[in-house]
Order: sequence, then C-alpha cells, then structure tokens
Amino acid sequence: MLMENTYAIETKDLSIHYGGFTAVNEVNIKVERRKITAVIGPSGCGKSTLLRAFNRMNDFVPGCHVSGELLMQGQNLYSRNVDPVEVRRRIGMVFQKPNPFPKSIYENIAWGARINGFKGNMNELVEQSLQSAALWDEVKDKLQESAYALSGGQQQRLCIARTIAIQPEIILMDEPASALDPISTLRIEELMQELKKNYTILIVTHNMQQAARASDFTAMMMIDENRSGGVIEFDETKKIFTRPMDKRTEDYVTGRFG
Amino acid sequence: MKRQNDHFPTGDAFYSSLRKRYLTASIWQTAFFSALLIAIIGLTALLYNVADGAFGYVAYEYKKDPATFTSIPVNELTRDDLQAILKENLSSGAYKKLDNEQPMAERSQSDLYTLFLERLVQIDTQATWSMTDSIFHGGEIRAEVAKKYPNATLEFRSWLTPQFLTTPMSSKAEFAGVRTAVLGSLWLVGIAIMFALPVGVGAAVYLQEYAPKNWLTSIIQTNINNLAGVPSIVYGMLGLAVFVRTLEALTSGAAFGVTDSNGRTVLSAGLTMGILVLPLMIINAQEAIKAVPDSLRQAAYGVGATRLQTVWYHVLPNALPGILTGSILAISRTLGETAPLIVVGASTFITVDPESPFSKFTALPIQIYNWTTRPQPEFHSIAAGAIIVLLAMLLTLNATAILLRNRFQRRL
Amino acid sequence: MNQLDLRKKPRPGEALVQALLFLAGILSIFVTIAIVYELGKEAMLFFNDPDVTFAKFFSMTRWQPGIGQYGIIALVSATLVTSAIAILIALPLGLFSAIFLSEYASLRARSVLKPILEILAGIPTVVYGYFALLFVTPILKLFFSGDQLQSYNMLSAGLVMGIMILPLIASMSEDALSAVPRSLREGAYAMGATKLETSVQIVLPAALSGIGAAVIVGISRAVGETMIVAVAAGAGPNFSFNPLDAAETMTGHIARISGGDLSYNTIDYTSLFAIALMLFLVTLVLNLISQRVVNRFRERYE
Repeated sequence: MLMENTYAIETKDLSIHYGGFTAVNEVNIKVERRKITAVIGPSGCGKSTLLRAFNRMNDFVPGCHVSGELLMQGQNLYSRNVDPVEVRRRIGMVFQKPNPFPKSIYENIAWGARINGFKGNMNELVEQSLQSAALWDEVKDKLQESAYALSGGQQQRLCIARTIAIQPEIILMDEPASALDPISTLRIEELMQELKKNYTILIVTHNMQQAARASDFTAMMMIDENRSGGVIEFDETKKIFTRPMDKRTEDYVTGRFG
Repeated sequence: MKRQNDHFPTGDAFYSSLRKRYLTASIWQTAFFSALLIAIIGLTALLYNVADGAFGYVAYEYKKDPATFTSIPVNELTRDDLQAILKENLSSGAYKKLDNEQPMAERSQSDLYTLFLERLVQIDTQATWSMTDSIFHGGEIRAEVAKKYPNATLEFRSWLTPQFLTTPMSSKAEFAGVRTAVLGSLWLVGIAIMFALPVGVGAAVYLQEYAPKNWLTSIIQTNINNLAGVPSIVYGMLGLAVFVRTLEALTSGAAFGVTDSNGRTVLSAGLTMGILVLPLMIINAQEAIKAVPDSLRQAAYGVGATRLQTVWYHVLPNALPGILTGSILAISRTLGETAPLIVVGASTFITVDPESPFSKFTALPIQIYNWTTRPQPEFHSIAAGAIIVLLAMLLTLNATAILLRNRFQRRL
Repeated sequence: MNQLDLRKKPRPGEALVQALLFLAGILSIFVTIAIVYELGKEAMLFFNDPDVTFAKFFSMTRWQPGIGQYGIIALVSATLVTSAIAILIALPLGLFSAIFLSEYASLRARSVLKPILEILAGIPTVVYGYFALLFVTPILKLFFSGDQLQSYNMLSAGLVMGIMILPLIASMSEDALSAVPRSLREGAYAMGATKLETSVQIVLPAALSGIGAAVIVGISRAVGETMIVAVAAGAGPNFSFNPLDAAETMTGHIARISGGDLSYNTIDYTSLFAIALMLFLVTLVLNLISQRVVNRFRERYE
C-alpha cells in the first residue's frame, strides 16, 4: 500500500478541552511517515494530552472534547462516522509505565491479534513480534510464564511487541522509558531506530537528550498565559536543538528554563 | 520470515467483524444491566408484597349485634356513650382491671371503641384480601362475601393504624399491636449500644493509635474481621450459654433482689446483641479514625501533647462524625436481627411493657417472625404492618446517618 | 537558675487509659475464645453421650436426637441445597451488577443504582423470610403442581437468599474490579479492544481472586443465614436434595428447637451446640480463606 502522501498523520487547529478549560490549543503539526517525531516541553504543558488525542484515548476522560481536525490519509479521525476502536487498531500506544496484561507472555501478544480477527499462524506472529521488539531471545523458553515475571525493561518491550503484533501504522509512545533504568532506556531507544523502518513513531519525552538523540522531528510545547498548552515550534530535531526560531525553545533546550 | 500483515481482516471484512463485536458487546451490556434490573425488581416486589399485605378488604362478623348494647348507630357513639356501655355490660371485675391499667375516664374515644368491639361485640374475622385483590376485584369480593358470609361486614382496612403502634400484643390479630415489641427493640438497642459503643471505640482507638505492629495486633485484627462474619445464630448460642445460663444470677436480676425472672431477660439479649455488633462497631470506628489526617497528630505532638491528649483533643473530635455514622449503621443491624433473639429466648406472647433490664421482652422482628409463621392470613397482615414499622425505624436511622455524614464531611 | 529537666515523668493517667484501651482491643479475642469454649463444652457433652457415635453422626440420614437419630446429614443436606441455589442466583447477578457498576455506569447512574443495592443489603432477613413465604412460594406454585411443590420448600428460601446475598457479592466484586489499575484498561483499549473485550477478557481475569473471595463470603453468609430458611424452607429435618421439598437447615433447626421449651442438660440442648460448632467452624474456615485471598489480591495492586 503505497501512499503518495509522506505524512502519516496531521493536525489542523486541533484543540483539546476539559469542560470549559482549553488544555491544548490549536496544534498544527504534520507527522512524517516512518520517522520519529518527539514532543517535548515542561511538565503540565499538555504533551500527554495531545498524544492521547491521536488515538482517541481521551474519549474515556469525562468532559473531554476535541475541536479541529486530526487527519489520517485525508480522513478526520474525529468525524462522526469514525469508529474509535478502528482508530486504535491503526494507531497503537505504549504507555509511561509498562502495563502488560496479567496473562502469559504468549497471551499478551496473541490477545490483541485475536480480538482483531487475526487468521494466520499465531505462533509465528508471536515470535515475529517478539523478535521485532528485541525480546525473543530472552523469553523464547518461557512464553507460558506470567508477563509479571519479567523485569521492567522487558515488560516495556513486551508492550511494544504486543502493539506491533496488530500491525498498526503509527505507534504512540508516552515517555516509554521514564520508569526504566538507563540500560533499559538505551535498549528502547535502539529498538525505536529499528522500528522506524516500518512504523511511524510519535514519542512524548521529558528527556531532552533522548529527543535530541533519537528523533527526526521535534515539536516544542509550552503553556500560554491562559494555562493552555500549545506547540510553539515544530521542525527538524537538528534545527530545534541547534538553531531554534523561538527564544523560549532556546531557553528550554539549553536548560535555562523548565 | 513472511509478514503476517495480510492475515488481519481489512476494509469491509474488518467492518463486518467489528459490527459483530459491537453486537456481542451490546448484548452483554444488556445482560449486565439486566442483573441490576432484577435486583431492583426484587426490591420492588418485596416492598410491594409488604404493602399488599398491610392494606385490603376484611370481612368480619359480630358475634353479638352492636344493637343489643345500644340503640345509637355504631359510628355515632361518643366517648361517654362508650364508657357507659362498657361499664354496664362488662363484669365489674373486668371493668376495674381495665380502669386500673389506665383510668377509663382518660381513655380516648377510639380506645374505648376498640374495647367495645373486642370485649362486647367480639369481632370475628372471616376472610382477608390483599390490597391488589381489593382494588382490582372489589366487585367479585363483595359478591363472594354476600354469598359465603351473609352476616359479615366488608371493610377496606389499613392494618397499620396509630392504635397498632400503641396497643400491646393480643391473641386476636384485629386488636394486636406492636407497642411491647417496639419498646423491647428500643431496650435492646440501648443496652447493646451502652456496651458496644465504648468498647468498640476503645478497641478502635487502641488498634489505630496505640497498638504496636506485632503478631498480637495482627491476631486481634484478623480475629475482629472473622467475628464480623460469624453467623448471628452462633452469637445467640453464645448468649444462651453465657448470659442466660452461666450468668443467670446477674442477668435475671436475682443478685439484685428481682425474684420473678429467669435469665431470658432483655439484659441478656441486649448484651448478646452488643457482642454481635462489636466487630462491626470496631471496624467502622477504625475507618473513621483512619480518615483523620496524620498531619493533625503531628501538629499536636509538635506542641508537646502526650499521646492521650492528642487522641482526646484532636483525633477523636475529628473522627466523631464518622464514628457516629458507623454506630448508627451498627444499631440498624441490632434492630433487624432475629435469630439470636429466638435463641436467647424472646417471649412471643407478652403484653407487659419491659420496665427494667430484668424484664422479659419481645422485639419487632420476633413479632414479625411469629406472625408470619402463623397459618391465619390476618396475622400475615399484621406482620406486614409490623414490617412497615420496622422498615420505617431503619429508614429513620439511616437517613440520620447520611445527614450526619453530609453535614460533617466538608468540615475537615 | 532552672536546670533543664528532660527526665521521664510518670503519667499514671495515661497508663491507665492505655491499659483500658488494650482491654477493649483484646476483648474480641475473649469473645472468640468464649464461643469456642461454650460451643465446644456442650458439643463435647453431646458427643460423649454413649449413644452418639461419629459413625451415626455422619452416616444416619435422620436427625432427632431425642429418639436416638443423630444423622447430621439430614440438616446439612438442606443447608447445601439452599446455599447452592442462593449462590447460583447471587453469583451471576452480583457479578454482572458489579461489572455494570464498575465498567459501564456513569457517575450519575452509579449514584442511583448503588443506594438501591445498599437498601437491599439493609433489609432485615426476617422480612426476606416473609417475602419468601408469602410472595415467592405462591408464585412458584403457579409453575409447579401442588404435590410437586410443598408449601414450605427449599427452592423459595434459596431464591430469596440469593437476592439477599446479591448486594454483598456485587459490592465486593465491584471493589475488586475497581482495584484493577486503569493502565490495564488503557492498554487494552489501545490495542483496539471494545469495552466488552476489555471488561471481560482483561479486567475480569485480573480481578478474579477478589471475586473468588466475594463468592466465598457469600457462601459463608448463605450457610449461616437463619431467618429466611426458618420461615420458608420447612420445619423438620428431611434428608432430601430436591429443592421442591420442605427441609430444615442447620440454622433453621437451631432456631426452631431453641425457640420452643428447651431444658438444659438434655440431648436436644447439647445437640444444638454441636450443630452451632459445626456452623462456626465452617464459616470460620470460609472467612479465613476469603480474607487471605483478598489480602493477597490487594498486595498485588497496591
């Protein structure tokens, strides 16, 4: 399936409101296909809120609604006839804290595929997904053991494996390494470079070095005088970290702020 | 290795499978909600069933025609007329006895009228009908009564009347009331509270504020949780063995000069109830004390208060609303418990108000049990009346608890 | 000049209060000891009767200690039948209610539905007995002929007991379901799961041990429940597993016999304590297991 459009997903004046409060204000970014896009900014600026809007996880937050457009292949994912379940099947997500299901390692991978109607060879899918997540060698002999027996870093890679098992087009990562030790963090970053060959990755991170190291594009978010977050600058990572346009971005990436 | 991508349904195939998933989802959601619906229907049916029994048609006959006592139509009799009729027709002994219980001159018209019906005319209930039947099949009932009981009077009656609350037990359902039972229940609650509230709060304070973290404390805690799950009838057996039998000298009042009693007193039953609600009382009080923020304790210690001063002046006053709410909930358990009372020997037929801890007693649930298990339908009707009284008392208690909770909740 | 005095001061008042509080705390232990001692003492008298043997106790199918019939199974069978019916009703209904309340209901719906369950839980059991005898049994009579269904029967008592236990199972299961962290639900939704798939395939299995504890407590409550069976199940031991028959449970038997004229030191008296001791032990074991399970479940998610 070859697409002319090089953008995997884009937002047009996307705003996120809680009741009367606007948490994220008029975001316009275009996420390039098979690239890693990082979202950075001080805490509380709405990074996670924005990320969760991409696969409609905010639907579960009472009082939360979205205005503007979120376009994937020209379709607005927030239009009335779009099914959120279908959206999440196409746009997977890896969370801040590893959250494997209380099932076996095998079942953690197989479950998502099964509910989404997978008809092929399940054993192959499990092996392939674990290999893509660089976890296969560590767990191949204990596939039937509980996922809770794994270390934190392994659990997070299992969550990545379970996400790629259902073959999404985009993977959202919400500070995926923030709960992990430095070595596990490094492995996740290496894995991201591997994954971007096949997937578009959008990652929220607190860690500026991580964004600079791992991402191709960076969106800088900041809070405005109404306490609403917004993207103040969006460009190639190189540019953001070397020659930012905005003074606030410069202050933030050089550590003078935040 | 070959990519497994193609094995996922796409396009229309995915949508048709998604539609199926949504269909299953809505079927199950309906099933989940239906479970709650069944619970609601159960509750409605129960309340309806009680109301249905407490109101309805009654067909009764007079053993003696009221006309033989007076020429005035029955519903025009005044208080004085009734007193005169009673004085004239009752034996002087019987009249004197009634006068001794409560002077005739002070009794109300309705009171005297009841005596007139009970003692002289002697009502005899032939049949009763439920509220639903009475409303929807009134015509048929009237026809049936006219055929089967030509002398009977048919009347739509509420079995729950002001009199029902103020008269004691009677062997005739028409004249029976719950006065003795309500008073008995109040005595039980009072005794249970006097025992369980101080002990329960004391135990809770000990466990939350004093107890060291050791094996003894954890045994006490586990033990309390277990006691909360012991069947109430087992507490009844404990009460029978300890209070009724072993401590008979104390609980019957023999040690205090009461002579006409055995161990089956309201004191024994009240203490049994107190022990029964103790675990619940402790657990509720613990929750209330747990809710007091630690910063408050530290603030008190910080100005040099001793542990007792901290607990007495800061922790307890702040936990008080929670403790009260918990206690009220525990009391409502005392009001409704039946099984232990049967075991410790509540009297089923007693017309004398309980006057001291050493009195024999009955209680509302005991009367409900007793009347429900009688074969005559008119007793089922007064059982329904008594259930309404019991539920009203419970409702009042719970409403008080909720009010208390809402009133004090925002204070902290 | 005052010298700084930091020596420990005796505080007799404090010590006295602490001692009193300790007594209050430890009293519950004495209650348990008293239960075991009193029930055990009288039960020993029963079993020490030369006519009573364990063989008779466990193998005879009639219970009437007054005339030498000691088959406890005649009472146990009724307890089993009524409790089984109650759990069969209360488990699915309670669990479904819990799933609805925890996973589906909006805050507003919850604020209406939860109090209804609480009211149901607060109704005295003797009122449920009235309901069983005078509402459910007449309705059952519409479905079964007169010689099939006796006017006192275990089915009606069991059904109503199920309704009585429903709120308990629902609220304990709901606690277990709510204790499952949100992140698990989000993980499932992010995989493209529907609400049902998330609730039943991810949240429910994760809460299973808590729900198991709820069921165990429910069984213990059913076994110990007295008034519903005393009113509606029947008055007289009957070894039968047919729910349409009248039969007396262990609790119902204690209530009926002790409600009559019972003299101390008779076999009728001591036999009641033997039954009560069995009840106590069974419910104790069930409650201990359930607490164990709940504690372990809590440790896992807290």
